[in-house]
Amino acid sequence: MMGRPARRAGELAEVPPLAGITRYGSYVPFHRVQRKAFGAGRGARAVASHDEDAVSMAVEAARDALRGAPAPQALLFATTSPPYAEKTNAATVQAALGLAEQIASSELGGSTRMGLAALGLGLDVAAAGRSALVCAGDVVIGAPGGPRESQGGDGAVAFVTGPDGEAVARLLGRASATTELLDVWRLPEERFAKQWEERFGAEVLGPVLAETATRALKDAGVEPTELAQVILDATNPRAAAGLPRALGLKPEQIADGLEASVGRAGAAHAGLVLARTLDRAKPGDRILVTSLADGCEALVFQVTERIASARPHHGVDGWIAAKRDDLAYNSWLKWRGILPFEPPRRPDPERPAAPPMRRHERWKLAFEGARCTRCRTGHLPPQRVCSHCGAIDEMQPERFADRGCRVATFTLDHLAYTLQPPVVAAVLDFEGGGRFTCELTDVEPSSVAIGNELEMTFRRLYTGQGVHNYFWKARPRR
Amino acid sequence: MASNGIRDRVAIVGMGCTPFGEHWDKGADDLLVDACKEAYASARIEPDAVDAYWLGTMGSGVSGLLLSEALKIQYKPVTRLENMCATGSEALRNAAYAVASGAYDLVMAVGVEKLKDSGYSGLVSNRPPDDGTLPSMTAPAMFSLLAPAYAKKYGVDEGTLKDVISRIAWKNHVNGAKNPKAQFRSEVPLDKIKNSPRVAGMFGVFDCSGVSDGSAAAIVCRAEDAHKYTDRPIFIKALAFAAGPAEGFFNQDYDFTTFQEVVASCQDAYRQAGVRNPREEISMAEVHDCFTATELVLMEDMGFSPRGQAWKDVLDGRFDGDGPQPVNPDGGLKSFGHPIGASGLRMMYEMWLQLRGEAGKRQIRDPKLGLTHNLGGQPGRCVSFVSVVGR
Repeated sequence: MMGRPARRAGELAEVPPLAGITRYGSYVPFHRVQRKAFGAGRGARAVASHDEDAVSMAVEAARDALRGAPAPQALLFATTSPPYAEKTNAATVQAALGLAEQIASSELGGSTRMGLAALGLGLDVAAAGRSALVCAGDVVIGAPGGPRESQGGDGAVAFVTGPDGEAVARLLGRASATTELLDVWRLPEERFAKQWEERFGAEVLGPVLAETATRALKDAGVEPTELAQVILDATNPRAAAGLPRALGLKPEQIADGLEASVGRAGAAHAGLVLARTLDRAKPGDRILVTSLADGCEALVFQVTERIASARPHHGVDGWIAAKRDDLAYNSWLKWRGILPFEPPRRPDPERPAAPPMRRHERWKLAFEGARCTRCRTGHLPPQRVCSHCGAIDEMQPERFADRGCRVATFTLDHLAYTLQPPVVAAVLDFEGGGRFTCELTDVEPSSVAIGNELEMTFRRLYTGQGVHNYFWKARPRR
Repeated sequence: MASNGIRDRVAIVGMGCTPFGEHWDKGADDLLVDACKEAYASARIEPDAVDAYWLGTMGSGVSGLLLSEALKIQYKPVTRLENMCATGSEALRNAAYAVASGAYDLVMAVGVEKLKDSGYSGLVSNRPPDDGTLPSMTAPAMFSLLAPAYAKKYGVDEGTLKDVISRIAWKNHVNGAKNPKAQFRSEVPLDKIKNSPRVAGMFGVFDCSGVSDGSAAAIVCRAEDAHKYTDRPIFIKALAFAAGPAEGFFNQDYDFTTFQEVVASCQDAYRQAGVRNPREEISMAEVHDCFTATELVLMEDMGFSPRGQAWKDVLDGRFDGDGPQPVNPDGGLKSFGHPIGASGLRMMYEMWLQLRGEAGKRQIRDPKLGLTHNLGGQPGRCVSFVSVVGR
């Protein structure tokens, strides 16, 4: 039966307050490279576009998780592919979501396990009475020809944690383990991670997974047979392969690891599969989610009645289905900066400057424009003087990021600098007033027409002189 | 509050213009010397007769020193100014007001641009440091926004519109072929224009103006002094300029089939010059055909064609060199080339030749009033200059 509540009767004082996942969202990028392009098996891997990274994808997942929800009181971000090695990447996520500066943002990295570890910490924050946004994103690359390149995937996931009473998935129990071993590693100045012989990793980590999962189930008071789904995520698939037999699980209890459709999405992977499991779960379902890398995280959840009303706008399967699946291998290598290429005869992009970025932070990152309080004309970017009625300093801020828009007119620019020519640019008219001209992304150029409905997406436009330039683009609805 | 104008109070009494093109062997200073030398000779004056200078350049140098050092000007005022692609016209406008005010007797407006040293395709602008959110569209992309909007609003199918803009390019190449100073001096078959590699939107390479180096200069005085320098001066009837709130970038009502700035500057110019029916009264025009669709839209903004009808006038040949209202008889930006700071004065140079009967194979029969139009920026957010000149 129920795990934690049953145990509560005897030792009420020592049991911490209950917490759970109150909302969630996911993100799988638009492009796929077929594994046969790598000469490596079946299926496809998901590929972040040339204008995406771990931060921008985490923002996309978090937007879905936060839609219509109150702002969280803490933010945790996990990745093994931080866009900046030094500079708080989580701060960019926070700003792009339009969250207040008063929120504590922290980030975890160094191992793919940190995605699920961050969720565990977020549940601790929630148990302490504060809500947290936990997000993870990863862009996974590997040395050309190796298994990390072909078996990895790119994606992001976000969870909001809060009190048990608001949970869509209540935490029943958990366990962790930390294992010091040389399994997957990368020096700061290196691009590609290395991995020790898989049989060794499996030998050490296999028992760690079995032990940690068993401990989490015991903590939850749940028998393996009572689990609706078990999520296995590991740096080394061999290491997780033994768990079903160790726990006596049936094949239908093991969640699809999205190997054929996404690939292993680094620190976001366990969460991404959990999000997909929640997309399909029924109230009462119990879920064990594990992540095995330099140790193990194991969380046991029970889905509540609230799940039906709290599902995000995009489900994981929806993201997976809305795709373009023919990206050429060499395009992918160029996008990731692995393959040098002949630049266009145009100037390299200029780095954005720190003071104007700071002055316009709410515009640049939160996509916050202004609306004239006198004549209601919308302005993107925000203006002090109304372009329509001339009123001075009578504007109120307004976020346009989640507002739909339509193409007023457009062009395909074959001359502009881009890693994916042509640049598609359009004049966008927003619902409720407001107009902005910007680039389109994840779009088939020949499909663009006046009147097309688009939505905004947070992107890394380019990196100029070592500075990432984040801003918004529009894309066809996915 | 009024725009009073200086109709018939100021004359142009000498002009010079370098050939436009890829001057690998000349810098901005050389081009300035070439244009000014020709202008001095044209007005039959020594350089020292000029009291003050206005120098327009978008980015080929800074300050009046660019000109004074090249020409060794002896301690006289040189104003350097910039107003995007309308820079050359802006030099003339300010110079004309200086003599009209009585502050100086004889002044010179000079424009120059040296674009071909950058190593890049198309135009490159030096922007101040910014927040990285400005649209990164190239100039052809920004102007190509006009084409689908025009096609949709007036129910012209895209194939027909492509024919229309190709014919504009064809016409300007036919005109440029007759111009010894033009960058591109050969006719181009319509098929080749239509099938040229795409640059942006509906625009192929042949829908874009030439990127070139060049310089042009005008010598200006009060009308009563004009005959001291030449027996055939040309007189300024109107000078108008408009910069707006960039409303097209904010307001959903703006539909990318017009330039409000052009409409406003034309209305002002026509009022100053006493022009009531521009379609009938303007004998010829040099307009800012940075891209072919720009010229199409300008015909309507200037009142040369009714709204939604310019595409038919283009196909009918109304604006051809031998048509009833020639537009860009010198080849325009399209085939004469577009060295930014020089272009406005190059347009005036064609008026100078045509009104004096010196345009050779391009000569228009008995022109009365000519119009020059110079635009900087992009649809929805630009500056616009219009002049009307005559004998």
